[in-house]
Amino acid sequence: MLMNLIVVLLMFVAIGAVIAIWTRDLLSAVIAIGVLGFTCAVVLLLLRAPDVAITRIVVEVLLLIILIRSVLRRGVRTVESSRSVPGMALAGAFVAVLLVLGVIAIRELPPFGEPVALMGLNEPAPTQPLEAGGPKQEIPPPSQTYIKQGLEKTHSGNIVTAVLLDYRAYDTLGEAAVLFTAVVGAIALLRRKSRKPPSPAEMAAGVGGSEDR
Amino acid sequence: MKKLATEERDGMSTIVRTVTRWVSAFIILYGLYIVAYGHLTPGGGFPGGVIMAGGFVLLMLAFGKKRLTALLPVARASALDCLGALGFWLLAVAGLVFGGGVFFRNFLPHGLRLRLWSAGIIPLCNVAIALKVTASLVLMLVALSVLRVKAGGTDEDFVSDIEEE
Repeated sequence: MLMNLIVVLLMFVAIGAVIAIWTRDLLSAVIAIGVLGFTCAVVLLLLRAPDVAITRIVVEVLLLIILIRSVLRRGVRTVESSRSVPGMALAGAFVAVLLVLGVIAIRELPPFGEPVALMGLNEPAPTQPLEAGGPKQEIPPPSQTYIKQGLEKTHSGNIVTAVLLDYRAYDTLGEAAVLFTAVVGAIALLRRKSRKPPSPAEMAAGVGGSEDR
Repeated sequence: MKKLATEERDGMSTIVRTVTRWVSAFIILYGLYIVAYGHLTPGGGFPGGVIMAGGFVLLMLAFGKKRLTALLPVARASALDCLGALGFWLLAVAGLVFGGGVFFRNFLPHGLRLRLWSAGIIPLCNVAIALKVTASLVLMLVALSVLRVKAGGTDEDFVSDIEEE
């Protein structure tokens, strides 16, 4: 029942993504992205991941406001570039290949919701070394290790934070680096002036200077 | 009166402004709460930072871009952004230096379990991430909304609304 609901919602996500790419109206594209994001948030809530759902909902609200405002503020309302048939065919082929690879990869995964992912099939898990006498000893999956030992080891009551900032802090550092790079890129592309000293012509026109980055 | 007229044109009506003046402070306070209690309750640096950025966005929508850039100039926002990123990285390196050569080692004393002052560097990491996310999103808003290209213009026509006045 829950899985069926999630499948339906994920179909909404796919439809939203397709509309966002297909439509020429920028405002419709923004709204379609909003549909995608909020549906993702509902799926996360259904999967009992409130931390991620909170983040997703707030990000979506903010993104929707920022994007709608920036679309309404600009004169450009529609995308005018024509679609080339070979490009679309190439994109379709790429998506098909990704889909096939994705299906193959998902077949390899353990069934949904069953924490059977073994940590280190051939070597002993670092937190719980194998005893010498028991070759067939069950090694607990990492999720169980986190849940059982998270509070003791990290002293963080929220297990999600314990994973994000202790067990998997490298990932969070990478995520912060991605956000940083995105903002640096956006500012660099959209800023008005370079940091180079203005040319004499600009000086005469009264523009230029380096106060605005 | 001229200044008032300019502000009226830039922002929204008096009702929205009056409500915003109260609500934005509470939104930012709620964001701070989400950040501060990130290691105890659902939340953390990222959602808290986004909520705080939402408070700033509300201020900008109600009072106009001038108020936002006066409150948080672009240069200061990018400095805070860098400070957050650097702070997070320095906390990781501090684990390398003080915690016996392990990157991201939780080297601070753990404190009483399930209290606000506990869990070593995790709350500090949350604060650094929140700083980073807030500044990043405000900068993103400024980049997408305040700085703009005139429609049909060339590279020469990058226009900042603030400077148009």
